Amino acid sequence: MSISYLQHNRISLALHTVREGSGRPLLLLHGLGEDATRVSQMPVKWAGPVYALDFTGHGASTVPRGGGYNAEILMADVDIALRHIGEPVTIVGRGLGGYIGFLISCGRAALVRGLVIVDGPGLAGGASNTVSTTEIASVGKRNAGTPDPWALIELSRDSRPASYVLSFLRLAIANSGIEEPVAIASKVSPKWIDALKREAGVITDISMQEALDMYAAL
Amino acid sequence: MLTETRTYPGARRPDRTYRHEADGVGLAVYEWGRESDPVVFMVHGGSDFAGTFDVFAPLIAAGGWRVVAWDARGHGDSDHAALYSWEADIRDALSVMGSITDEPVPVVAHSKGGAFMMQLLDGSPYRASRMVNIDGMPSKRRMPDVPDHDQTRILAGDVAKWLDYRHIAHSAERKPGTFEELAQRRAVMNPRLSIEWLEYLVTIGARQDEDGWRWKLDPTMRFGGFGPWHAEQSALRMVSLTIPFLGILGTVDEPMGWGARARDLQPWIPAGGRLEVMEDIGHFVHIEDPEGVSKMVLEFLS
Repeated sequence: MSISYLQHNRISLALHTVREGSGRPLLLLHGLGEDATRVSQMPVKWAGPVYALDFTGHGASTVPRGGGYNAEILMADVDIALRHIGEPVTIVGRGLGGYIGFLISCGRAALVRGLVIVDGPGLAGGASNTVSTTEIASVGKRNAGTPDPWALIELSRDSRPASYVLSFLRLAIANSGIEEPVAIASKVSPKWIDALKREAGVITDISMQEALDMYAAL
Repeated sequence: MLTETRTYPGARRPDRTYRHEADGVGLAVYEWGRESDPVVFMVHGGSDFAGTFDVFAPLIAAGGWRVVAWDARGHGDSDHAALYSWEADIRDALSVMGSITDEPVPVVAHSKGGAFMMQLLDGSPYRASRMVNIDGMPSKRRMPDVPDHDQTRILAGDVAKWLDYRHIAHSAERKPGTFEELAQRRAVMNPRLSIEWLEYLVTIGARQDEDGWRWKLDPTMRFGGFGPWHAEQSALRMVSLTIPFLGILGTVDEPMGWGARARDLQPWIPAGGRLEVMEDIGHFVHIEDPEGVSKMVLEFLS
């Protein structure tokens, strides 16, 4: 694998080229606490080049001081990678990467030719209703490596209410030019995925490879 | 280079200033009043800084309180961070508060500071003994019906605009200007505050570079018009508070305000709490009427 380092504000993002290929690129997004190396080991058959991104605070990307993570910032991480890749991609998102992949496939619908969501850490997120969350003031002494403990804490309890998720889905349906821009291949089904499953434009009961084959043919 | 100075009637810089490290983010902390007096925490709103309390805080200190305030990350003289979030602001607040005392003490908070302190106290009720919330009580606005397709178009635009900005954020700089220009720019967001006050704020919240004055607020901060947060969450947290509560609300809408109406907020005021509505005053209630608000707050704290 080779790595390109991309600037996202004060963060240096590591975008790994997993392998070269011919055709539309595939972008792999890892789960919470994982990195590009882990997600690159998924058994994926894809003819085009394959990339994998380390989110902020993960893998070879920068660990910021004092946390402050949210899903939207990680969506912007992916947008930085998309501009570097320079052409529309298909995305496989594992766990947290499935949610982030969902956001970017809606926010930049014209740049994503299909999203496949698969099981992995961080798929559920936090409560979708208002909760009394005791705050954690410090993670104490830690080494400088990844994953950043603040990423683990903050991104495991970010709110993903159905109304928000469905408002994003409408962007993908309106702007992607794909009839079914989202494929859910995960067995775990948190509330935000349950909400998606009830909507048109979302494929369910499909394996990761079946969904990839379908999007590759677009 | 000469440093511009301004005075403002009643304004007094803090008696003590120091830095506090909140998990690697340096925060500027300020205190007014005697160190031996009981502590009250004072929390500023979004895009503001603790210096906006330079009239109000001395009045509270004169009432026998040690007022402790800080600049939020990215604001005033605190460090610019790589990431900003509501959660991070709450955690920074806990870090500062914990460095001063572990005892429950009163909190006075304005605008966004009031809203995120209600979230802090909902989850950590043992941290405060009382709360004064100055126009930091978001409520659901009554918006005209917007068709679904228009909502989708608006959201698409907001998301694209915010993502576009993330590509250039690393090179963002605040626009330089003359001292007077900076005050005029702030007047757009603070239309009810006098130009003399805004010029005074420039001396604290801005710095003088070779090519002019710039606000210190981190230029990379730009909040999108989207996100999972919604105003009802604040109302649900407010009504759950169990400490004595005083809400203060101005009736005049302003660009920096929440547009909250007393009739919408009243059902969500915590049991035993009260909402004081100040007529013909805007969002910066404590700046427009520091004497009146400080009197009300001191009575409540006593």
